[in-house]
Amino acid sequence: MSSDDTPVGSPYAPHTPEETAAMLDAVGVDSEEDLFDIPDAVRFDGEFGIDARGERATRTHLETLLKRNTDLTAFLGRGHYDHYVPSLVDHLSQRSEFLTSYTQYQPEVAQGFLQALFEYQSMLVELTGLEVANCSMYDAATALGEAATLANRVRSASGNVVLVPELLHEGRRGTLENYVAGSDLDVETYPMDAANADVEAIRDRMDDDVVMLYAESPTVRGTIEENLSALGGLADEHDAMFCLGTDVLALSLLQEPASVGADVVVGEAGSLGLGTAYGMGLGLFACREEFLRQVPGRLVGASEDAQGRRAYTLTLQTREQHIRRERATSNICTNQAWVALRTAMHVASLGPDGLVELANDCVTGARDLAERLDDVKGIKAPVDDRHHFREFVAHTDQPAAAVASDLETEGFAVTPVGEHEIQVCTTETNAHRRDALVEALGEVA
Amino acid sequence: MIYDQARWVDDSDEVYEPLLNEKHSKEVEADSALPDDLTRDSLTLPDLSEPELARHYTRLSQMNYGVESGPFPLGSCTMKYNPKFTEDVAAHPKAAVHPDRSTESVQGTLELLYNLQDYLGRIGGMDAVTLQPPAGAAGEFAGILVAKAYHEANGEDRSEVIVPDSAHGTNFASAALAGYDVVELPGAEDGRVDVEALEAAVGEDTAALMLTNPNTLGLFERDIEHIADVVHDAGGLLYYDGANLNALLGRARPGDMGFDIMHYNVHKTFATPHGGGGPGAGPVGVTEELAEFLPDPQVGKTNGKFELFTPERSVGKVHGYGGNWLVLVKAYAYIARLGDAGLSDASAKAVLNANYLASQIDYDIPFGPFHHEFVASADMDAADVAKRMLDYGVHPPTTKWPEAVSEALMTEPTEVENKRSLDQLATAFDRVAAEDEATVEAAPERTAAGRIDQVSAARNPRLSWQALDGADEE
Repeated sequence: MSSDDTPVGSPYAPHTPEETAAMLDAVGVDSEEDLFDIPDAVRFDGEFGIDARGERATRTHLETLLKRNTDLTAFLGRGHYDHYVPSLVDHLSQRSEFLTSYTQYQPEVAQGFLQALFEYQSMLVELTGLEVANCSMYDAATALGEAATLANRVRSASGNVVLVPELLHEGRRGTLENYVAGSDLDVETYPMDAANADVEAIRDRMDDDVVMLYAESPTVRGTIEENLSALGGLADEHDAMFCLGTDVLALSLLQEPASVGADVVVGEAGSLGLGTAYGMGLGLFACREEFLRQVPGRLVGASEDAQGRRAYTLTLQTREQHIRRERATSNICTNQAWVALRTAMHVASLGPDGLVELANDCVTGARDLAERLDDVKGIKAPVDDRHHFREFVAHTDQPAAAVASDLETEGFAVTPVGEHEIQVCTTETNAHRRDALVEALGEVA
Repeated sequence: MIYDQARWVDDSDEVYEPLLNEKHSKEVEADSALPDDLTRDSLTLPDLSEPELARHYTRLSQMNYGVESGPFPLGSCTMKYNPKFTEDVAAHPKAAVHPDRSTESVQGTLELLYNLQDYLGRIGGMDAVTLQPPAGAAGEFAGILVAKAYHEANGEDRSEVIVPDSAHGTNFASAALAGYDVVELPGAEDGRVDVEALEAAVGEDTAALMLTNPNTLGLFERDIEHIADVVHDAGGLLYYDGANLNALLGRARPGDMGFDIMHYNVHKTFATPHGGGGPGAGPVGVTEELAEFLPDPQVGKTNGKFELFTPERSVGKVHGYGGNWLVLVKAYAYIARLGDAGLSDASAKAVLNANYLASQIDYDIPFGPFHHEFVASADMDAADVAKRMLDYGVHPPTTKWPEAVSEALMTEPTEVENKRSLDQLATAFDRVAAEDEATVEAAPERTAAGRIDQVSAARNPRLSWQALDGADEE
């Protein structure tokens, strides 16, 4: 069958009619249908109504759909970031020995992936300063949810409050609410002051009820949190777990989480390696060694093989659902391993100099663009008097929704985040269009 | 037929691991536009050139076994060949959009998702589908949240979820995460649900029964209609674990069997790459009366325009955004390519392959008749058998599970193996069974690494370079 013939069977089942006949004969049945042990009452004899297509036709169909997306230069962020992914990452991660493998239940034939995940864990250990990193959660939101359930397990006191910033991405907040819904935990917010944590308000609120204090840097408004050490100290005084939300690139530049008292670090690691993928992510999760046996997700450990050579394997699996079932530390099974591989490749590809340079650009790029937008009539930027990473909020005299909509007709996407506020995110992937954005805002603002 | 793997051994017998090598690491100071107290002091990470990295990762890939390396009959994981063209579609520049873009500007993305919701609904016999859960277990969690919201909306406070003892561990863990007490249901002597035990277990506390059909022994639950009645009569809901859906395409649909909620493992049934353990995607389908509880957002269509909307009594979010988009694109491409005929044939060949392979190996295979997978019983330690099979160039089955079979080898060849490769697998099974125990226990010897010491890995966890450095100094 040529690649563009409409398939009459599965194009990926390689059986010839002769082979099928021989196999049916060996099994001792007349037809494939005889093998289905399904009572008539629940047998499906209808059709799905899905037409089969050749490969070229299928591809054309999907490309036709995708081309209905309009061309826009996105200045969008809020937890999901577009950084240039080196070609090396695409090509090497696509090697089918990686891409088409599964969880490393037979480590002797999975050393390559295990070592790559071990290297990913090691990079996160270096970046966070914490001793343990797992080899992926689904995304930042689910990693935050897992951190809260971890806090509930490890903290001896009887509190039940998870304290989070009032400015928190709606996806993270919503996911967290669901992860704690099955426990006795309650999510409570603390106020912000120019998009940083209001330390005094938190000091007043902190008591033994709080099992986890969560802060972010950068925050959802792109500000760099300046009070992390104070927050870490407050959490410590009250025996609360201090959880820091961040992303893998910010970690290369901002204060090392361990140095400000972070017990757990969660956030987005797909900001390197994945690119914009309509919200798909990679949850990073790192924590102090004392929580090791309560960590959610998979861990790769170093060991030796029978010849005494270094070898890698999944380890501490007794925490996991396939062994511990309802008493597991998490329900996660399929994770984001291949994305973690890509992130490790991207980090390795940039190297320490490249990472720090890119992160620095995220600070200066946001600052410069904010300054330029501040010169535009009808715009004040940034709203928050802080240092920013990649993104910032700008005040618009016109209604923000109208400004965003008008910008879209000019080919730009920004997020309206208030009646008169838009959020603007800039990285190296839209840097070449910053001038054009400033000009467009000059016309529509 | 031996599958040779590369090893990290050079002439001097030293382990060569460039990313681990001290001379390739570099410490930098994070000198920046920020005040010193907001930045870190130093950063030490590998510093390799692109050619070095390309060789590093190529070498690592050569130390890894995937579906394209050889047969991969890992039971319950449905390790199918993943069509290449789906990768190209997913890499299309227009597939890479930001999730916060306006719905008007991503009509193509939304139409694809809308179509996928529709296709999955038809395949599963479900009225509404959410694509948000990023994996099967996340789908279970979302589905159980839907069940919980449904009962609460009816003013009922049900506290228990019933799970067969042979179920995937995720069933137990997902129900527990949603706050339910898990009631374990023992299996009957024929390997299926013990209906009497089920009748005794259900009651006014029953929120749901979680079931996969065919079950993990590859057996179809023939009493499914009665099981559904028992659960529904008690006011509970029936949840379908889609792990084994590959056995039923075009022959039976969970919705028709009485299931109210189900998840699909698109990385299994619809042949998206497993990626070394992920990403997958775990869409959830529900009947009409549960649609209003699905996660936020759903993709809808009004006057020809695609839009996002929040179901009336939505359980909220189970992912920060809309789930694992790239995986969903590949699943959609796969379904659109195969259509009715291809999907139905995939199941036919998957079931044929399992039955043929079972007929060709000299192992005890209790229970039956089975569908897409079977569980063979080894005369020796199943883990040892698996290690020795590696030496014959094939990936072994899942071992020691389910527990209803002693020294279980849970085998799922899928439809992508032909007779020749199934015969290769059968040879591997039977050669190992004929070998003396010492040989088998010493395996593997033809792989990148020899048998790995799991006990010391767990007893002395070394989970990073940093931990290795510490250990090396001791």
